Amino acid sequence: MLRVEDTTAVEFPAALISKCQEIIGRYPEGRQKSALLPILHEVQAVFGWLSSNAMDQVAEMLNIKAIEVYEVATFYTMYFLQPKGKYVLEVCRTGPCCLVGAEKIMDYIGEKLGVKEGEVTPDGLFSYRGVECLAACGYAPVLQIGPEYTFYENLTPESVDKLIAELKGKM
Amino acid sequence: MGRKLLLEHINVPGINTFQVYREKGGYRAVEKALKTMSTDDVVEEVKKSGLRGRGGAGFPTGMKWSFLAKPDGVPRYLVCNADESEPGTFKDRYLMTHIPHALIEGMIVASYALGANTSYIYVRGEMMPQVRILEKAIAEAKQAGFLGKNILGSGFDLELYVQPGGGAYICGEETALLESLEGKRGNPRIKPPFPAIAGLYGCPTVVNNVESIAAVVPVINEGGEEYAKIGIGRSTGTKLISASGNLRKPGVYEIELGISVEDFIYSDEYCGGIANGKKLKAVVAGGSSVPILPANLILNLANGEKRLMSYESLSEGGFATGTMLGSGGFIAFDEDQCIVRNTWNFARFYAHESCGQCSPCREGTGWMEKVLHRLELGQGKSSDMDLLVSVSKQIEGNTICPLGDAAAWPVASAIRHFRDEFEWHVSNPQLAVK
Ligand SMILES: NC(=O)C1=CN([C@@H]2O[C@H](COP(=O)(O)OP(=O)(O)OC[C@H]3O[C@@H](n4cnc5c(N)ncnc54)[C@H](O)[C@@H]3O)[C@@H](O)[C@H]2O)C=CC1
Ligand SMILES: Cc1cc2nc3c(=O)[nH]c(=O)nc-3n(C[C@H](O)[C@H](O)[C@H](O)COP(=O)(O)O)c2cc1C
Ligand code: SF4
Ligand code: FES
Repeated sequence: MLRVEDTTAVEFPAALISKCQEIIGRYPEGRQKSALLPILHEVQAVFGWLSSNAMDQVAEMLNIKAIEVYEVATFYTMYFLQPKGKYVLEVCRTGPCCLVGAEKIMDYIGEKLGVKEGEVTPDGLFSYRGVECLAACGYAPVLQIGPEYTFYENLTPESVDKLIAELKGKM
Repeated sequence: MGRKLLLEHINVPGINTFQVYREKGGYRAVEKALKTMSTDDVVEEVKKSGLRGRGGAGFPTGMKWSFLAKPDGVPRYLVCNADESEPGTFKDRYLMTHIPHALIEGMIVASYALGANTSYIYVRGEMMPQVRILEKAIAEAKQAGFLGKNILGSGFDLELYVQPGGGAYICGEETALLESLEGKRGNPRIKPPFPAIAGLYGCPTVVNNVESIAAVVPVINEGGEEYAKIGIGRSTGTKLISASGNLRKPGVYEIELGISVEDFIYSDEYCGGIANGKKLKAVVAGGSSVPILPANLILNLANGEKRLMSYESLSEGGFATGTMLGSGGFIAFDEDQCIVRNTWNFARFYAHESCGQCSPCREGTGWMEKVLHRLELGQGKSSDMDLLVSVSKQIEGNTICPLGDAAAWPVASAIRHFRDEFEWHVSNPQLAVK
């Protein structure tokens, strides 16, 4: 759900602004709206999610109405409209992965983190959710972690343990 | 060993870099096309090759290119469809990860043939690593003079950009993809007009799958006629098959179209048989959107001959006993798998991915999901199967884009071929839940 009442102030760092300008340059004159999806990814990579303030600034930058940004951000599954855990483990839950144990792995991750799908662990580090086919069905079960969408393939309970330990260690 | 045209050098260390790709003969097709061929010559070669769209619909690529409108003073675009989201399909990701320059080279040749000076590769947003890989490959090609202004002194200019999507299966449908590339929600447009007449920004546009574009490289290098000698009948050339599910060796394989399904599943050159010594129960041969077939029907035609991996052979028998090659997403089910559960899983996928524009699709996919879920949970009724078939019929053919059909066919075919299993869920509710 879109949280338009959110008033978190956001200031785009200079590097983000120049990246956005570069992206806008990829399209013909007057077609700057084409830059919307890539720019939303860049903004989300910086702030972890898309607040309405951040989206309003994107609208301004592209010279379009704020509603045009909200429309897009709510349509696509990759944009987070609320703050999430630092690491969101996105596990594929579609048919081919389920043939080789994806559901069990997802249950295992839930148990291990001690939260339900979509919730954030108390330390703010992790959440997980099921997502649809990630085009890696031959290496199932698989999960990905944004913002660079690193893939972890052929998951087992042991490899999940290792991954979570590693991510904790990164702190 | 079958011939490899796309993956020949896949195991060469460093083949993802410009330098090694070039040493292995890369970018020869660009040199040949731009220096020795007219744009029409290139289109003609592709026509002769018989290459058909590898995104799933199998429309002849050369014919699509020749349909591109060319009004004066209006730019034309080439857009590569790298949205790959069809459950069971992962070949495009594989190709882009390991041999990104094959796609870049194909994009240059195809853009030249179509007269496009700005081209886009629309990659599904989850493939951020592949976005980075392609951006790097583009920078390398540009540095070497294969992109930018006046490529190889030919007078042809080309800028190539990579566009990440936002996570939505429907954006693989070409007109939804174009909407998305214009910065909008991915709602498919009504066709016709086809993109070849009115596509990106209303301009003439060709949308082609990653593999179709990469295949243009061997077509130009070998010549269309040579390419057409590979394969069988109207299924020419090689095809990447994504193999998943209960196989001993899942993965991406390049096959010559026309090998037998049996060989593909059981030979050591390909999938090496079913995992854990189990028996094959069923196959979804062309990605989740195509009808599922039980083992006997996928291996053999009704007349007892072996079924082949080709557009024609896989669809032989129509929907009664056949299926489709589709995008080449080959999903194998062993004897322990529950067809009802898988059908529900796919139905949930389509209900989740429907863009919501047409009511038969928006409502119908949701209904099918609910009914299948209750069957799976052992709470179904014996009338549910007929209900599902009736809902699927009401969706089929009544929607703006084929996502509706793609949701309907798997359900209808699962009930057609595995009705006993559905009935069993109704009559054994306790056992079904376990
Ligand atoms: N690769 C994947 O991840 C997925 C693939 N699919 C496949 O997509 C297929 C359906 O795709 P559609 O694009 O709806 O099929 P389509 O048959 O409408 O079009 C196929 C291609 O030919 C072009 N075309 C057809 N007639 C034309 C004409 N008269 N003039 C100019 N161009 C023409 C279209 O523009 C399009 O590029 C399904 O068969 C399914 O297998 C579906 C879901 C996912
Ligand atoms: C719901 C839906 C999803 C699709 N997804 C893809 C896709 O991910 N990749 C793709 O190449 N084609 C996809 N297609 C097919 C495209 O609409 C189009 O036919 C294809 O990109 C044309 O390229 P080709 O002729 O090279 O196959 C999809 C079609 C539908 C109806
Ligand atoms: S068939 Fe479904 S996905 Fe396609 S346009 Fe209609 S509602 Fe959208
Ligand atoms: S079904 Fe999980 S990656 Fe395709």
